[in-house]
Amino acid sequence: MLKKGVTIKKIFHYTPAVVFLVILLSVWQFTVNKYGIPPWLLPSPMKVGQALWETKSLIWSHAQITLLEISTGFVLAIILGILVSTLMTLFPFAKRIFYPFLIFSQTVPLIAVAPLLILWLGYGLLPKIIIVILVCFFPIAVSLLEGLEVSDRDLLNLLRSMGATKWQIFYQVRWPHALPSLFAGLKIAATYSVMAAVIGEWLGASQGLGVYLTRSSNNFLTDRVFAGIITISALSFLYYAVIMLLTKLLLPWYSQLSQKTD
Amino acid sequence: MTLSVSNLSKSYLENNQEVEVFRNIDISLEKGSFVSLIGPSGSGKSTFLNLISGIECPDTGKVYLNGKDITGTSGNVGYMFQKDLLLPWRTLEQNVRLGCDLRGFDKKTTADETSKWLERFGLLEFGDYYPHQLSGGMRQRGALLRTILFGQSTLLLDEPFGALDALTRREMQYWLLSIWNEMQNTVLFVTHDIEEAILLSDQIIVLSKRPAEIVEIMDVPFPRPRKPELILSHEILELKKKLFHLLNT
Repeated sequence: MLKKGVTIKKIFHYTPAVVFLVILLSVWQFTVNKYGIPPWLLPSPMKVGQALWETKSLIWSHAQITLLEISTGFVLAIILGILVSTLMTLFPFAKRIFYPFLIFSQTVPLIAVAPLLILWLGYGLLPKIIIVILVCFFPIAVSLLEGLEVSDRDLLNLLRSMGATKWQIFYQVRWPHALPSLFAGLKIAATYSVMAAVIGEWLGASQGLGVYLTRSSNNFLTDRVFAGIITISALSFLYYAVIMLLTKLLLPWYSQLSQKTD
Repeated sequence: MTLSVSNLSKSYLENNQEVEVFRNIDISLEKGSFVSLIGPSGSGKSTFLNLISGIECPDTGKVYLNGKDITGTSGNVGYMFQKDLLLPWRTLEQNVRLGCDLRGFDKKTTADETSKWLERFGLLEFGDYYPHQLSGGMRQRGALLRTILFGQSTLLLDEPFGALDALTRREMQYWLLSIWNEMQNTVLFVTHDIEEAILLSDQIIVLSKRPAEIVEIMDVPFPRPRKPELILSHEILELKKKLFHLLNT
């Protein structure tokens, strides 16, 4: 009973946004038709939908490559981020060495570094994966690092009073305490990761959604550009949704807690 | 004699000034006794417990447990803090067995022992609840159970009922007494509530303001089990007056 009530409530919750979207698309369609705007300048929503449908197998083959780059880069960034943050927490000296570099790395413009990577590593998958890692690593590492700093002295004292070792304190308190923060970082990284891969592909690749985008726009196939944009957004959302789902599954205590404060 | 402390002193550096928290404290607790420590706020009662539990090290002095020097070593006594400090990511059942997990007790025995005690504490049906789903009284009971299940016979309780409302508080006091009766633990109980100290203890240690010294060690002669009406009796009133004056001079 309760569950049903919640679903209906959710539907009502999103109704205004859906109505707004429909109005927006109608106005767009109507304007394009009425004023005869050429499709290479602004294709109508119908035309975009058509392009999406007609090139769906082409898009899918490109998307597979992009997905591979994102997933590999994302997973590697998580491993690297966890490793670095853990080391920095367990060994404060390591933090003093690496932390300035971690912050400084964010001032380096990605757009400027990416061509270098392609120059050094060629047009293959590797430079794109590295770009994804570079982009995702920072939000993951920093949010985990913040989470691992347990501010509640008493909590640490409790464990110390029980004779817990440094390692026990790490995995009984610091690590679970950091997980909500880590997942917040993962959400940000997930949305960035798709963009990072596409930028990498723009700068030089033979396959991928970035390639599909550049080729379409070079040929003034603007409806396909829109189709590409929609695919990229959908992918970003997919990653975001996966992270949300994982948060719910892995941190039941936390999702209940945040629901309670809503 | 189980727990004894000799010649304990501690000072802190505060704004580049050395502040003496307490000096030359000597106490010893009989095995199975319930001793309260009262003193004005800021008299370093919590610091005192920190020193005994081994979280902090004294400047001078030693802490002995059953004749063994345990100064600066932790894990020898059960320590309950003012806050319940239940870990939000552990269910109640997982929280109360935290100490057993840390000490690497056998899983099966721990599980049996835990559910037995959860039932005794009236918490069995809440074993799968997370702390935020429990009331203040339940959380505090959980924290006490965690302290008991840690498995050491000496317990340090730092104002464990301080945050509870008066009614729940009274309930918890009687309830703590019944547990203590059964377990025969040695308890060092910090409080600033005179009535609570009288109701619970065999002995009350009164500390002075900073730097804290022992003003008086008082025996509480009333027989157990103590009834609620006791707090209205004439003798208790006398004792209360005396403690009140000691605390306010």
